[in-house]
Amino acid sequence: MHIPDGYLGPPTYLAAYAACSPLWAIAARKVRESLDTRRAPLLAISAAFSFLVMMFNVPLPGGSTGHAVGGVLIAIAVGPWGAMLSISIALVIQALLFGDGGVTAIGANCLNIAFVMPFTGYCTYRLLSPALSSDRGRAVAAAVGGWVGLNAAAFTTAVMFGIQPLLHTAPDGRALYSPYPLSVAIHAMMLQHMTVFGAVEAMITGIVISYLQRSRSAWILGQANSGSAR
Amino acid sequence: MREYRNLLIALGVMALLTPIGLYLPQILKAGAAWGEWGIHEVRKMVGYTPAGMEKTADTWKAPMPGYGPPGRGNIPSPTQGFYYLLSAFAGIVACGGAAYLLARWLTGRGRLPADRRP
Repeated sequence: MHIPDGYLGPPTYLAAYAACSPLWAIAARKVRESLDTRRAPLLAISAAFSFLVMMFNVPLPGGSTGHAVGGVLIAIAVGPWGAMLSISIALVIQALLFGDGGVTAIGANCLNIAFVMPFTGYCTYRLLSPALSSDRGRAVAAAVGGWVGLNAAAFTTAVMFGIQPLLHTAPDGRALYSPYPLSVAIHAMMLQHMTVFGAVEAMITGIVISYLQRSRSAWILGQANSGSAR
Repeated sequence: MREYRNLLIALGVMALLTPIGLYLPQILKAGAAWGEWGIHEVRKMVGYTPAGMEKTADTWKAPMPGYGPPGRGNIPSPTQGFYYLLSAFAGIVACGGAAYLLARWLTGRGRLPADRRP
């Protein structure tokens, strides 16, 4: 889901940077207001956790690979704005040090993976939580949130890929950047993410939440469970 | 920091397991993620190299591209695994360090402990 350099034309990646900048500023303000010093190291743990989760490439035998992100899990622990900051940091490090995701595409990747994913997933989790208020219910709500979040991010990523032929096609009909149209990009991305990668994300989110609830580290979930995440 | 000990241990264990994410796709012959192909793969798939892609694909030279050693070419499998592990720990330090500094700066600024407030 990391868009590399060369796939997006300048209008798209510049627009993505422009859209992301105010969101980063809001995230910084929200985190400053809501995160107390004792929980501050959680942001660091979250960034490192997300970085590591994304290293576990899940293969589709003979096909392509994908990976989970842990974005909704992080949003439940440190709030969606905290998740945006920590996942953005992971994405920047991945691009700069490891060439995973383009440098021109950092704005686009942060928008999809660090903003769309935690927010859609976290909202899903919060909407389902009242109906599923037991510990097990909340783990299920988190798992569903993980699936929704990953797929929402896959969808916006696919749209970014898919609009490139519309924006940049040479007179001879050749694409200048990402070559596949919306229909192909959305179909390919969603098929993979709605099935295998979404299931992996849901499993990781649900299992870790249900483990944390019973462990001595349950305080991590305190912020989300007391309803003061914003 | 005591309450964070278990979490740090968990991160360490995760990092040690990351080579699974390198070798499992190789064993099952899975290729790149959708939309993350190299420029040669794109040429093979669509029959030409998109001109804009060719110009901007190498905008940035990462020191450890693809969580592997610098440079490209055929890298022996154990070397790949070693660099993958190294990348995992480097990633923990870089991400954790950057996020910690940011969090300290954000939560610390204008929030002195009560006894030190003017």
